[in-house]
Amino acid sequence: MKFGVVVFPGSNCDYDCYHVLKHVLNQQAEFVWHKDWDIKKFDCIVLPGGFSYGDYLRTGAIARFSPVMESVVHHSNQGKPVIGICNGFQILLEAGLLPGAMLRNDSLKFVCRHVYLRVENDETPFTRKTKKNEVLKVPIAHGEGNYFAPKPVLDELIRNRQILLRYTDETGAVTEGANPNGSVENIAGICNLKGNVFGLMPHPERASEKELGSTDGIKIFQSILEMN
Amino acid sequence: MEMVMTQEISRELIQKHGITPEEYDKIKQILGREPNITELGIFSVMWSEHCSYKNSKNVLKLLPKDGKKMLVKAGEENAGVVDIGDGLVVVFKIESHNHPSAIEPFQGAATGVGGILRDIFTMGARPIVSMNSLRFGSLEEPVSRRLLSGVVEGIGFYGNCIGVPTIGGEIYFDECYEGNPLVNAFSLGLAKQEEIVKAKAEGVGNPVFYLGSATGRDGMGGASFASKDLSEESDKDRPAVQVGDPFLEKLLLEAVLELLKSGCVVGIQDMGAAGLTCSTCETASRGNTGIEIDVAKVPQRETGMIPYEIMLSESQERMLVIIKKGREREAKKIFDKWDLHAEEIGFVTGDQLMRVKDNGVTVAEIPAKALADDAPVYVREEKEPAYLKKARSLDPRSLGSPGDLNAVLLKLLDSPSVASKEWIYHQYDHMVRTNTTVLPGSDAAVIRIKGTGKSIAISVDCNSTYCYLDPYEGAKIAVAESARNVACSGARPLSITNCLNFGNPMNPEIFWQLKKCIEGIRDACLTFETPVSGGNVSLYNQNPKGAIDPTPTIGMVGLIEGREPVSSYFKTEGDSILLLGETKEELGGSEFLKVIFKTKAGKPPRLDLKAAKTLVDLLVAASEKGLLKSAHDCSEGGLAVALTESCILEKGHEIGAKVTVSPGSLSNEALLFGESQSRVVISVDPKNLKNTEKLIESFGFPYQVIGKVGGKRLEIDELIKAPLEVLSHTWRSSIKRRMEQ
Repeated sequence: MKFGVVVFPGSNCDYDCYHVLKHVLNQQAEFVWHKDWDIKKFDCIVLPGGFSYGDYLRTGAIARFSPVMESVVHHSNQGKPVIGICNGFQILLEAGLLPGAMLRNDSLKFVCRHVYLRVENDETPFTRKTKKNEVLKVPIAHGEGNYFAPKPVLDELIRNRQILLRYTDETGAVTEGANPNGSVENIAGICNLKGNVFGLMPHPERASEKELGSTDGIKIFQSILEMN
Repeated sequence: MEMVMTQEISRELIQKHGITPEEYDKIKQILGREPNITELGIFSVMWSEHCSYKNSKNVLKLLPKDGKKMLVKAGEENAGVVDIGDGLVVVFKIESHNHPSAIEPFQGAATGVGGILRDIFTMGARPIVSMNSLRFGSLEEPVSRRLLSGVVEGIGFYGNCIGVPTIGGEIYFDECYEGNPLVNAFSLGLAKQEEIVKAKAEGVGNPVFYLGSATGRDGMGGASFASKDLSEESDKDRPAVQVGDPFLEKLLLEAVLELLKSGCVVGIQDMGAAGLTCSTCETASRGNTGIEIDVAKVPQRETGMIPYEIMLSESQERMLVIIKKGREREAKKIFDKWDLHAEEIGFVTGDQLMRVKDNGVTVAEIPAKALADDAPVYVREEKEPAYLKKARSLDPRSLGSPGDLNAVLLKLLDSPSVASKEWIYHQYDHMVRTNTTVLPGSDAAVIRIKGTGKSIAISVDCNSTYCYLDPYEGAKIAVAESARNVACSGARPLSITNCLNFGNPMNPEIFWQLKKCIEGIRDACLTFETPVSGGNVSLYNQNPKGAIDPTPTIGMVGLIEGREPVSSYFKTEGDSILLLGETKEELGGSEFLKVIFKTKAGKPPRLDLKAAKTLVDLLVAASEKGLLKSAHDCSEGGLAVALTESCILEKGHEIGAKVTVSPGSLSNEALLFGESQSRVVISVDPKNLKNTEKLIESFGFPYQVIGKVGGKRLEIDELIKAPLEVLSHTWRSSIKRRMEQ
């Protein structure tokens, strides 16, 4: 498969995603500069983590105006997969490709540590190599990961099984203590209605090699490969 | 020559610039005339302690700088360069940002991180890890909590955004740092040997570019500010604290590395302390050339700035780049790609002068070498401090019984200097770039270098209480502890960088501390064969009550080749636990005395350098043979705290231990909480126990097999019996509880 990893000014997990795709999964991967607009050759677009434009205003608020984003919208409209990780998730929200918004963490602090995630729906292009209710150990690293959506939107997300990952404890129980940022319904990752756009705050690329303490994250990327 | 003389140089003006009458005479001698105000300002920052090391140079030369792996030695460039084999080099340095952090903790710490990162990437190396050494007053004081909170947030703000992992470091709390916290930032970069670039201005006629943020009045004279005692009036110096923009620095980082790869750069230097002044005269001095710039061409973010202000500003995220003539368009293309502002402000000359013009009119003209390298050097008076004799005379046994030893252990675990630092490092992105193979909390941070089989281990250390009670021994211990920590991860120590934090050197007692510490570092570095690759001196760390304890922070860098690193926590039920090293009746200067008896006194532990080196070699050998499941250094809080940490360090993987230590004639307190040096707790698979013992014996190193891993409690002889959840809760919640009260 051919992956395009978008580089916004301020992206800093671009190389990490590229590394996993290229060197761990032996896929074709290329960086896409945010001022480029021709992304037709890619099967899947990755919006990586980081601090696009410094995120001084509101996370992802400026990046969504980058020239490449128009093409990303077009790519997703064709039903091709787009995954946004951390800042990439925030950009997808700002671009309107996913519903809801990000608030500052309820602790008002940046938080970087391993968390546990429960798979809520294993029948999507991003989770099909996982099992429903499986608990994944994957790190987070963000200051604004407190996902929020109004009640009607949440009901829709639940009804359409668009919530793919929730923060839980080690045993898979959804508890307040296991919620690292105050996200409504402990939401860690959601997809769009069509199921081809996925945004998540945790970093699966940081949990894709044994040396890093967990390989649970690689299942997300392996799921995407199954599309072919 | 026509020279602008706008202002009479009065005696008060000279004094206000921190220049002595003798120094003023020297300036006149160099120029062959009176300086004007711009020139006076330029001399005052370049000849400040921060830039010139005029008070410390004479003792700094004692430090060993030579080694076959040292490619760029201390003082030659902005950071040292060390060979790690296969054409790869690491570039690293530690630097202080103490005074700015005392006044404005968030921006002070943030710009400290920004500055050290620029020192690394302007040499052509991509920064791959940051660490820090922080010191504050007691957390019971609201001001210390405000400072800690601001500093941690500032470090995170900058490091997280720029995408270089901050993998912890060390933090201590002690009354001596009240009002004068220490913020020492470490960064390490990786490069291919041929990619290393020098900060030199060469080739007459080559254009000089100004790159990055526009110049404002922020950070005016920061270098001189950092060379004064902090006083109650220092709050008024707030404009001398710079404001950081990590996003811009991320762009600079990527653009500079791309620019250097293109081959169109002659030399490059960060505008750090003393800004445009320092970068122009230092690059010219190193290149044996001159440099001419016109300040009117410098991008400015404020109106009405005079040349004096432009030359002295310390606005952040600015670079001076000398480009090969004829390749300006190529460079411009890269600046444009990253949306960076660059202006051609001057050119390299052959007359060895630093010439500053303002719209074509010369406003300063100074021999570059004299300015950069010929600052006065002072031999300061030294005297053994009066406090020492009394402080060292305390016999810890005279203090009586500390009461229940289990309760003592809990009090030590609750001491913020000993307690878990996760409240802090969870605020730092310590995993970005996916190279962090040993997470914060173990003795050393370990970073893998993808595709090479190599890893770099780093530890920053200093026990300043030992240095207060015995500067020579304390500094030796700081080096030895950092070497031991690096070796616990399986790495062979390579080289150190140091940050020498002291009080006012005009005080002979402080100067004596500085000299003794440097002698200690020298002797330890010679033993470990770890030359000093560079570093920084921060003097004048005083508050109205007096000087800080001498704090020579050591950043040790080690190399692991072809194997996995070792972490500090117990792994498997049934593993054998061994204590390497000898425990002596050494409680002087210990955390135990500080916490239980509120006493900072006694004779600190002695360090036998030969034994310390043998232990390092032994740990590396044991790791090479794959024998170590865990290795953890005994430091503050002694054996009891080291064992506890090995049990509870890995959250969700807490595992107990039962050990019996033969006490000999030791007191229970010294056995459990004494801080005898060169001791490490290791765990090994029982099937490897025989081989491990054989290896240790071949090194002739003392050891005991003390027990086994397992259970839900820590048991030490009949003295300690404590459930893990109590130990873990106390240790983990200490800082959080105090910070979020």
